[in-house]
Amino acid sequence: MELSILIFLPAIAAAVILLLPQRLEQQARWVALVTAAAMFVLSVQMFFQFDRDAGGYQFVERHRWVDIGAFNLQYLVGVDGLSLPLVVLTTCLTLASVLVSFSVTHRPRAYFACLLVLASSVVGVFVSLDLMLFFLFWELELFPMYLLISIWGSGRKEYSATKFVLYTIAGSAFMLIGILVLAFDAQTFDIERLAAAEFQDTLLPLGWVFFLLFIGFAVKLPIVPLHTWLPDAHSDAPTAVSVMLAGVLLKMGGYGIIRLCVTLMPEVAHDWDAWMAGIGAFSVLYGGFITLRQTDVKRLIAYSSVSHMGLVLLGIGALGSTGLTGATYQMLAHGLITGLMFVMIGLMYERTHTREIARLGGLARQMPLIATGMVFAGMASLGLPALAGFIAEVTVFLGAFQRFEWAVLASIVGVVLSAGYILWMLQRVMFGPVRHEWDELSDQRHWWEHTVVAGLAALVVLLGVYPALIMDVIEPAMTTLAARLQA
Amino acid sequence: MNGIDVLGPQISVLLAAGVVIIADSLFPAQRRILPFVALAGLIAAALWTTSWVSRGDYQTVFHGTIALDRYAVFFQYVFAGVTATVVLASIDWVNREGRRQGEYYALLLTVCAGLMFLAGARDLITIFIALELSSIPQYILAGWGKDTKSSEAGLKYLLLGAVASSLLLYGMALLYGVTGSTLLPDIAAAIETNGESYRGLLVVAMTLLIAGFGFKMAVVPFQMWVPDVYQGAPTPVAAFLSVGSKAAAFAVAVRVFFEALGADFLSDDWSMIFAVIAAVSMTLGNLMAIAQPDIKRMLGYSSIAQAGNFLVGLAAISVTGEEFTLGASGILLFVAAYAFTNLGAFVAVIAISQKINSDKIADYAGMWKVSPFLALGLAFCLVSLTGIPPTVGFWAKLYIFNAAVRADLVWLVVVGVLNSVVSAYYYLGVVRVMFLGQPGTEQRFRASPSIAVALTATAAGVLVFGIVPAPLMSAARDAVEIFAR
Repeated sequence: MELSILIFLPAIAAAVILLLPQRLEQQARWVALVTAAAMFVLSVQMFFQFDRDAGGYQFVERHRWVDIGAFNLQYLVGVDGLSLPLVVLTTCLTLASVLVSFSVTHRPRAYFACLLVLASSVVGVFVSLDLMLFFLFWELELFPMYLLISIWGSGRKEYSATKFVLYTIAGSAFMLIGILVLAFDAQTFDIERLAAAEFQDTLLPLGWVFFLLFIGFAVKLPIVPLHTWLPDAHSDAPTAVSVMLAGVLLKMGGYGIIRLCVTLMPEVAHDWDAWMAGIGAFSVLYGGFITLRQTDVKRLIAYSSVSHMGLVLLGIGALGSTGLTGATYQMLAHGLITGLMFVMIGLMYERTHTREIARLGGLARQMPLIATGMVFAGMASLGLPALAGFIAEVTVFLGAFQRFEWAVLASIVGVVLSAGYILWMLQRVMFGPVRHEWDELSDQRHWWEHTVVAGLAALVVLLGVYPALIMDVIEPAMTTLAARLQA
Repeated sequence: MNGIDVLGPQISVLLAAGVVIIADSLFPAQRRILPFVALAGLIAAALWTTSWVSRGDYQTVFHGTIALDRYAVFFQYVFAGVTATVVLASIDWVNREGRRQGEYYALLLTVCAGLMFLAGARDLITIFIALELSSIPQYILAGWGKDTKSSEAGLKYLLLGAVASSLLLYGMALLYGVTGSTLLPDIAAAIETNGESYRGLLVVAMTLLIAGFGFKMAVVPFQMWVPDVYQGAPTPVAAFLSVGSKAAAFAVAVRVFFEALGADFLSDDWSMIFAVIAAVSMTLGNLMAIAQPDIKRMLGYSSIAQAGNFLVGLAAISVTGEEFTLGASGILLFVAAYAFTNLGAFVAVIAISQKINSDKIADYAGMWKVSPFLALGLAFCLVSLTGIPPTVGFWAKLYIFNAAVRADLVWLVVVGVLNSVVSAYYYLGVVRVMFLGQPGTEQRFRASPSIAVALTATAAGVLVFGIVPAPLMSAARDAVEIFAR
């Protein structure tokens, strides 16, 4: 029941918001806030109710949906140690997105409705245990994203929104073929039963199927060279959408690779492990170098995401429990840290109306609170010990080192680069000579701004000093998966 | 008595056609009731069909030339629904046009009667006559408009249609020459016993049949009439052509190929031909649609691409065992889905183009602000044409591609899926223009009641069957059970 509430509550709230009369349209944000807060509380409660020793899928709900001959689709949802933390991350960042959007006044009803539908579809992706249901939610997410970027974005917003949608549709088209081939062979769309199935004489060689699914997820992750939609989408998206995009949408890619590619086709994953690790390491390095060259703060963080998500793929490529746990942890850490980073950039941009690094400088003097938040996010992003990113990176490296020494060494260079681009960016934007054109600007001051910054920062610290809180949930699931991989 | 009962739907439709013409000339002042007379005839036909279904009285009549089976019933519902929607969508246009209103509705109803005959026909001669009965009024309707473009469309459709009919007739003649019968089951039996020795002739006959049907289906390379006729013909007529005549061509093609030419040594050949035509139609149709500035031409090319999707179902015949008819049921599902979706899109286009007096996609800019209802309806139907969930178009594509995967036609599915991506570009391009563009005028307008009813009905079908596709799927499966071996 809990999972259905998480999926449908935001969808219903979105409908309610759209039905609000014109004179109440500025109140849409309150409906959205209450909904997002309720989702967050519910998911945290589920997190603590989750039976860590039992493992497997919990909170399962199963209903028949379409049952016609070859088609045997179910409404089947459930969470395990991999998806539960991602669900919590989604609700947490949804709440953050609603808070940072409190100052949105342009067509607020449609805006908050889109945001809630987006949350609903992303939760749906993480909890679906039926391939077709998974695919449906995967596609559903495109509608709100397209509208959010193209209506409330900035710059070349329509171009970026269209590019985002076309990349994802192209990727998911491949994915659909892979799904059909798998489901046809095993005669089911049920992920749990597919995982137990032995695939024999599939219509396409299993390696191709793996590749088809992998492409669909790799676009989302994204890996180099399929990443070019990301900087465009980020730089033209409104703040809250950047938070959701970097925070949870990219994770759908990593989640899909673990849940479908690796879990359903372990033998093929073994054949491809070096490739995954190599592509991951290459993304880390390439992303790092490109980031150094950026002149727009948002594009800079967008490229750094490419680099950080490369680590996820490296961890997955290791195919061991440590590597997979590290990859999952990295998804959570990156979601929180980059989410916070985009919040800070958004707050700054709301005031300066520019993200051009060359035009900024010395802002720490005029807006000390925002500067503090951004420096904190920067430190977390470059992997400072005692913050979430450090734990994740170390776990990934530990998991991958034995098998792919070279990839880990290359990635470490990428991490060093991240220290370079983050510190350099902070120095150019926040420190240095004061620019008097920004003298009139206010600092962070609204309660919602304080709440979201403090909340996300606290979580980043929590995950950095007490990783066991979440590791204990992720690791059993990953150990079970790794055992299957070894067999 | 039996004969009247069997032809009840056709008779009620034709009766309505007669009443419409007579009423038009006797009571010219009461013209506004004409479309409702037409609708009453269509509803009577649907009710008659329902009464058969409830009696479960499936049989073949008139010496086996007309079948009264679930397959025919499925299509009779489709044709009655399509015609009713087109009648509703025509009201405004016809009122504005002013002249010969009775004839217009009467011709529409005649086409519908022809299509209904076609749904049950299982004899080559009956098929041909039913096809002509539905085609000739369509030629007239295509040229119904007052401008030269419409006349050109009518003439072009007539000339090319005549060529296609003759090709079809040649194919049928050859088939009769080889098998000595015009009855589909007898043809199948004759081919079963000594068809192998006439394989060459049969392949020629088959190719001619494919050419003849291909013209009505509007697939490459028999598609050249489509964009001109769609653009030139009055928009409600174009809507009718794009859905009704295409559906009819597939209805009869599925019956002929599955029932008469289903022998293994033949089906391998035609499944390959259909697969190639499907791939080429999808690709060419989509690529051409991208560059169209006129929405009717765009929908014309897109209907060529969609016909390619239908054909995937015919190509997927090599599925064996109990799933033998999977591809055929996929076509039926696609027909129903496409009827809802494409009609919905056309209804919105009809309403919008009457208000803004333009068919240019660029002039649809900001339609969201000018008429939210029409913009939303059109956008939703375009999303369904692309095949994105939660719409009925998604399930139809999924179902038919699934059939192709089972028939080992993975390459065709890859082509189809890539084409869906290409089609997303131009379908969603229209959506983008409507939602993000700046309107030329702030003057808001509302859809007329008849348009509102038609668009609501079709869009509701797209949405409801997009979430709960099961009833439609099982109807399609039951309908093709007669072909199971």
